Amino acid sequence: MEPFLKLTSRTVVLPAANIDTDQIIPARFLKTTDKLGLGKHAFAGWRYDEGGRPRSEFPLNASETAGARVLVAGENFGCGSSREHAPWALVDWGFRAVVSVAIADIFRANALKNGLLPVVVDSAMHRRLLAGPTTVTIDLESQTLTAYGESVPFAVDPFARRCLIDGVDELGFLLGQADAIARFEQEQT
Amino acid sequence: MAPSSQAAPLTLFEKLWRSHLVRPETADTPAVLYVDLHLVHEVTSPQAFDVLRGQRLQVRRPDRTIATMDHSTPTTPRQNGRFIITDAQCAAQLSQLETNCAEFGIELHPLGDDAQGIVHVIGPELGLTQPGTTIVCGDSHTATHGAFGALAFGVGTTEVGHVLATQCLLQRRAKTLEVRVDGRLGSGVTPKDVILAVIAKLGVGGGAGHILEYTGTAICSLSMEGRMTVCNMSIEAGARAGLIAPDDTTFNYLASRPRAPKRQAWDRAVSAWRRLPTDDGATYDSALAVDGTALEPMITWGTNPGMAIPIRAPVPGTADPAALRYMQLEAGKPVLGRAVDVVFIGSCTNGRLSDLQAAAAVLRGRRVATSVRTLVVPGSQAVKRAAEAEGLDRVFREAGAEWREPGCSMCIAMNGDTLRPGQYAVSTSNRNFEGRQGPGGRTFLASPFTAAAAAVRGFIVDPREML
Repeated sequence: MEPFLKLTSRTVVLPAANIDTDQIIPARFLKTTDKLGLGKHAFAGWRYDEGGRPRSEFPLNASETAGARVLVAGENFGCGSSREHAPWALVDWGFRAVVSVAIADIFRANALKNGLLPVVVDSAMHRRLLAGPTTVTIDLESQTLTAYGESVPFAVDPFARRCLIDGVDELGFLLGQADAIARFEQEQT
Repeated sequence: MAPSSQAAPLTLFEKLWRSHLVRPETADTPAVLYVDLHLVHEVTSPQAFDVLRGQRLQVRRPDRTIATMDHSTPTTPRQNGRFIITDAQCAAQLSQLETNCAEFGIELHPLGDDAQGIVHVIGPELGLTQPGTTIVCGDSHTATHGAFGALAFGVGTTEVGHVLATQCLLQRRAKTLEVRVDGRLGSGVTPKDVILAVIAKLGVGGGAGHILEYTGTAICSLSMEGRMTVCNMSIEAGARAGLIAPDDTTFNYLASRPRAPKRQAWDRAVSAWRRLPTDDGATYDSALAVDGTALEPMITWGTNPGMAIPIRAPVPGTADPAALRYMQLEAGKPVLGRAVDVVFIGSCTNGRLSDLQAAAAVLRGRRVATSVRTLVVPGSQAVKRAAEAEGLDRVFREAGAEWREPGCSMCIAMNGDTLRPGQYAVSTSNRNFEGRQGPGGRTFLASPFTAAAAAVRGFIVDPREML
C-alpha cells in the first residue's frame, strides 16, 4: 500500500447525499475475482448513458477532473453493501481521499484498508466544498484539511492513521497476536 | 462468566463484546475481536484467498468457516437435473470458490448441494447461527444472524482475509441503540413492515456507529424468521448490526437443527444463552420507540430504504427531487394504483418458508396479472424442499408465477435475473437503490403480502384487501 502523508489536489464534487455502494460500483461489475480495473466502472450508472457513452455533464467525465485525487460527496457517502469493490473502484480511478460530513461505517473501514482516506469535516467546510471543484490539501500527520485558506481538523483512528502513514496493512499486526489468539481459543474450549 | 446480578448491569451487546475480546482496545489500537463463525461466498472472497496465497498463510480455523454459493448462481430451473450457467464470469467466480475451498480445507455447499442457499438463510437453518457467538461474512446483511442474539456484521474483503488468517478482526466498540417496538401488529402487518417503519424513522444514516437492539412486546412475539427479517435490514439504517435477545422462541427453533449442540452440551448452552439478555438497569447510548399497534403495511417510494411510507399514504411533499425523477413519481400523490411490471419474492430478507407461505396465502386460487412477471425464489434448497412438501410450488405455478432455484437472484441482479430499464418492481428484498435490480430498474420494497397482492392486481394495492 502506498503511504499517505500529505496530498494537494483538485476536488471532484458529487453533492448528492446517501450515495450508496451500488452507485459507486454496480453489482454487475462484482463478478470479477480481481481488485484491479474497476475504475472505469465507478459510478457507471451515472457516468455512462444506456449506449455506454460518457455523459458529458457527469463530473468524472469532465476533462478538468483528470488527475483529481479528492472526491467530495454529500452526507452518508458509501451507505449500503460491504463490497470492497467500492473503494477498489475509487482508488483505481485515482482517488486517494473522500471528503464528506458523514461516511458510512463499512465503507470507511474498507477505504482505510486500501489507502483511500475518509475525511469527515464539519458542516460549514463541507458546504463550501460542495459548492464546486477547488484545490484542497489534506495532511494526515496534522489531521487537517485546508481549503479556501482555512484549515479544519478531521478525526482518524490512530491505528489506521499509523498504517496509512507507514503504508502497511493491518494483517501484520493481527498475525502478531497469534499467541494471544491461541490462549483465547484454549480458554474457550 | 460471573453472574450478571453481582456485576454492573450490561446490555446484550456488551456481553457479546466482552466475551470475544482477545485483546481489549486502547487509545492506540482497536480491540482484537474473536470470530466464532465465518461465512464465505463467491463474490467477496476470491481476492482474500489471493492474499493468503501471496503471503503463504493457512486458514486458521477451517472448522469455523463455511462457504456456499448464492450471489452469482443461476435460479432458472435445472435442465435434466443440471444447472445451466450462461455467464462465463459467474461460472469462473463459482469455480474459483470451489478451488479455494478445496485448497484451504473449507466446507462448501456448492450449487446443487442439499444445504446450498443464501448464506444468511443456511446459517440459521443448519443451526450454525447460535446465541452468544460472533459471526462475520463479506456481506452487509450478516446482521440477519443477530436475530439469535449473536453479534453478526458484514465486513469487506480485506477483513475476510484477516478472519481467514487469524480468526480475528480489529474493531472499535460500537454504541448501542435500543429500538423498542411494543404493541400488537395488525392483520397484514409483517416484520418487513416493522423494519421499513424503523428505517423510515431513523433514516439511512441514523444507525451509523451503532448496534441496534430490538426489544419490546411486538419483537418478542415474532417468530425466528420474522426476527431475521427485522435484523437483516439493520444495515439499511446504517447500523453495524442488529440484535434480538434469545428466548424460548430462539431455543425451540435451534433445538433440532443439525449443527446445534446436542444432549448435555445443549443443556449447558441453553443455560449460558439464558444469561445473555440485557440486564435490568443496563443503559443504551440512545433509544427509539415505535408503536407496533399503529403500524401499517409499508412500501418504499424512493431510491433508498429510508424512503418508506404507509401503503395508503402519499409520497411526502419533502421528497428528494432526484429520487422522484428516477422513480418517475410525484410528491403528494400515493403509490397505490401504480402499475408494476415485475414482482420478486425472495432474498435473505424475505426468502424463508414463512415468507413463501405469506405470498401463497395471497396467490392461492388467484392468477397473477398477465402484465406482471412474478418470480418466487426460495432462500435455500431446504426452503425449496419445505415449500414443495406443502404444495406451495403448485400454488405459485398455478397462479402463473415462476418457481425457481434458490439464490440472491433479483435482489442484487448479478446472475442474469434483472429488471429491464424503466421497469417497476415490487420486491421483498432489501435495497431500492438506483439500478439495484438492473440498470434503470425501479424498485418498491415491501412485504411478501404486498408483493403478492401487486402481482395479482398488476398494480400496487393494500394487501389487507386480499387477505
